[in-house]
Amino acid sequence: MSTATTRSTAPEKRSFTAAASEYVNDRTGIAVAIKGLGRKAFPDHWSFLLGEVALFSFVVVLVSGTFLTFFFQASMAEVEYDGSYVPLKGVEMSVAMASTLDISFDIRGGLFVRQMHHWAALLFVAAIGLHMLRVFFTGAFRKPREINWVFGFLLFVLAMAEGFTGYSLPDDLLSGNGLRIIDGMVKGIPLIGTWTSFLLFGGEFPGTAIVGRLYTLHILLLPALVVALIAVHVGYVFIHKHTQFAGPGRQPTNSVGPPILPIYAAKAGGFMFIIWGVISLIAAMFTINPIWNYGPYDPSPVSAGTQPDWYIGFADGALRLIPPGWEFVWLDRTWSFNILVPLIAIGIFLVLVVGYPFIEAWVKGDKREHHIADRPRNAPIRTAIGAAGVTFYAGLWAAASSDLLATHFSLTMEGVINALQATVILGPIIAYFITKRVCIALQKKDREIVLHGYESGRIVKLPGGEFIEVHQPLDEYDRWRLVSFESYEPLMIRPDARGKITAGQRLRASVSRWFFEDRIAPVTRGELEAAHSSHHAEVDTTHG
Amino acid sequence: MAQDDNSGVDLVAADSSHAEQEFAGSTGTAVIPRDAFENPGFEPHRPRVTDENPKREKRAQRTVYTLFYLSILGSVWAIAAYMLFPMESNDVGAVRLNNMFVGIGVTLALLGIGFGAVHWGKSLMTSAESIDIRHPISSTPATQQGAVEVMRQADEESGFSRRTVIRNSLIGALLAFPLPAVVLFRGLAPQDQLPVELLSHTMWRRGTRLTLDPSGTPIKASDVTIGSAFHVVPEGLAELEHGKLEEKAKAAVLLMRLEPSQLNPAPGREDWAYDGIVAYSKICTHVGCPVALYEQHTHHLLCPCHQSQFDVSNNCEVIFGPAKRALPQLPIAVDDEGYLVAQSDFNEPVGPSFWERH
Ligand code: HEM
Ligand code: FES
Repeated sequence: MSTATTRSTAPEKRSFTAAASEYVNDRTGIAVAIKGLGRKAFPDHWSFLLGEVALFSFVVVLVSGTFLTFFFQASMAEVEYDGSYVPLKGVEMSVAMASTLDISFDIRGGLFVRQMHHWAALLFVAAIGLHMLRVFFTGAFRKPREINWVFGFLLFVLAMAEGFTGYSLPDDLLSGNGLRIIDGMVKGIPLIGTWTSFLLFGGEFPGTAIVGRLYTLHILLLPALVVALIAVHVGYVFIHKHTQFAGPGRQPTNSVGPPILPIYAAKAGGFMFIIWGVISLIAAMFTINPIWNYGPYDPSPVSAGTQPDWYIGFADGALRLIPPGWEFVWLDRTWSFNILVPLIAIGIFLVLVVGYPFIEAWVKGDKREHHIADRPRNAPIRTAIGAAGVTFYAGLWAAASSDLLATHFSLTMEGVINALQATVILGPIIAYFITKRVCIALQKKDREIVLHGYESGRIVKLPGGEFIEVHQPLDEYDRWRLVSFESYEPLMIRPDARGKITAGQRLRASVSRWFFEDRIAPVTRGELEAAHSSHHAEVDTTHG
Repeated sequence: MAQDDNSGVDLVAADSSHAEQEFAGSTGTAVIPRDAFENPGFEPHRPRVTDENPKREKRAQRTVYTLFYLSILGSVWAIAAYMLFPMESNDVGAVRLNNMFVGIGVTLALLGIGFGAVHWGKSLMTSAESIDIRHPISSTPATQQGAVEVMRQADEESGFSRRTVIRNSLIGALLAFPLPAVVLFRGLAPQDQLPVELLSHTMWRRGTRLTLDPSGTPIKASDVTIGSAFHVVPEGLAELEHGKLEEKAKAAVLLMRLEPSQLNPAPGREDWAYDGIVAYSKICTHVGCPVALYEQHTHHLLCPCHQSQFDVSNNCEVIFGPAKRALPQLPIAVDDEGYLVAQSDFNEPVGPSFWERH
């Protein structure tokens, strides 16, 4: 009975916070989460912030987009514009365009929110792209994170889809032209193209349905998918715990960093507000998508030098790079390879991106979990493949501005296109070899530093009259950062249980040879000792 | 799997601590050298200036709360700016000011919190690192075994693998039931229209006058001087009740006049031009952008979307770029009053290629 008495006296002394916490915990059991997660370590590195930039800019997109839905009207009915923007007064346009103009010119702060939405969207896609590159180049997609790589990839694709559908909503000249291009591409797909275009637009292009349909995708279906995938994606980051770079005390079996509460929360929470602030500053100062300059969509006029949003550029560029004449009539049907080839090339590229973790895992046959992020130089072939991919993408992307390149640098259109065609085909190969060489050179340099120390910049004169630079040996912590990586060697083919060598084996062996034949291993203790004893001999003579 | 990897002779089991055991798995072709360095353990903790110098600590504290106060100021400013900078004056400049001043207030409000919190975290919060132990992601063998057992039992009790007829009929039903939902989407496009039919015809008819876009004024042949180019739509387009944009997206035409000697009409098209005046579809045969840029001295048309170029003096054949087909030509003539009219519709579908086109 003594317990009962202590209980009844306790509440009088407790603070409001304590009482409130108990109230909530009694109904949710939330204490488990706080105890379990509150002091979780979160490894720190600037490059780990890229995913957060994506997340935080998505929050801006969501909040600003919700504000826009209260004013935007996704209708293609024709009206005569009668808002505050004088140059367009009396012009026929769709309700969608007119309501977007109203958001910009008749609702205070509306332009600000609209510009925040657009700038945040641009930053969102850019941050996802850079985040993907970080994950790729540090090998953070290895077991157990392959599936989360796939989720991240899907988010990248969905983000581009969100961006394109959003760009099309205001029904201005540029958004209509973007849809016209989509229509033309869809029509070029064999067998289903014509009908698909008809279903998409509800009849002939442009029709009166597409903006409403895209709106449903843009504010309902796609955001729901994005939010769900973000939840899963970030959930898995918690379950897997973040990767960390090698460092003293850091093991494959631990995770080291500031605790979530309070330091990580303060830094990441603060960083969130900084990202929001930066987006707000850009929206306050820089115009984006001034649809009032473009006017409403009309199939006839177009101005030169207009550009899609940046993340669509690679697809637009791919269309531009096709040489003349890639279309045939065969079997009484039109085969538009000028459209199919870009679509297929981009498709293959995306499949390679999403599939890379599985390819690398197959080549290595390594079934262990990997929680230590690679330095890019320590995985030369992966880094070189990544550089090749980036070059390919960049070539397509540059091609989307071929006309600007030509006029800006006074080149011929043909010259620019031919140069970019070469870039897209040869560029990746060149980038591959250069990157591989650079990685291996950097690895050799690391070995050199571990074995012989840093160049201290101090020159001493030997008794014999020659000059040498004194090398500063590494302390064990710095050394660990340079030697704690694993290298792989080419697979040796051995016959299986039935004494056979399968074709799969042979393929794996040759890919493995390509990956790992130029292997630089980390310095071992024995090598360092050997280097030291020869060094000591040197040092002795110096002092002697 | 083991025999195809290089595990074995040249490898030694790495430091066989308990944790390493938990993370066991084939190393594949990884090389684990026998005398690798050992992890030296954590570096000694280095205190920050704010830990050692009370003055610096005070200063950091001041910075943090000043930033938070600035943030409040920013919020107040944004609300004030909303009221102080109206924009109902039909004046674009006022919109700019409203946008900028509201935006700067919001920015200050956000950045104040952001930089304040980060500075607090970096300079004042205790800076020791946490260390978590990782456990293998996979469940323990016992749990796995348990899961297998649950599934086995469920199978046993339901007879899922045993009663194959039931199982297969269920699979069939599950495959079939979404199909109606797919079919319903047929309604996305009108039931009573044939795409190929629609794509093959435009508004142009025998005798339709060529009119200026957008004014709708008919064009007299005598007004078309050599070297000029006009954006043209069929007469009556503006009066259409429905489908104006759809018709315009097919019927838009570019009218140009060259010296008749500069034209090389293809066989059968000799009388499609009138005194050097030619009319070509403006819709690009690549993916449908308007081919709007005419270079007078070369007689080249340029599509701004992907830079396809067409040679007007040579039946608008493609000379560069991804488009394959020449721009379709609209045969024109002159009516009794001297206005330009179409001789007929285009003789082929205009615009982007499509599968059924031949
Ligand atoms: C990944 C997410 C998203 C991206 C990348 C994105 C992108 C865009 C873009 C580029 C525009 C064109 C804006 C302009 O006129 O300059 C737009 C318009 C719009 N978005 Fe989003 N958006 C996203 C999510 C959302 C969400 C979640 C909502 C609502 C809940 C939303 C609501 C709107 C509305 C109403 C418009 C039309 C208003 C206007 O054009 O001013 N968006 N979006
Ligand atoms: S639409 Fe004209 S070149 Fe692509």
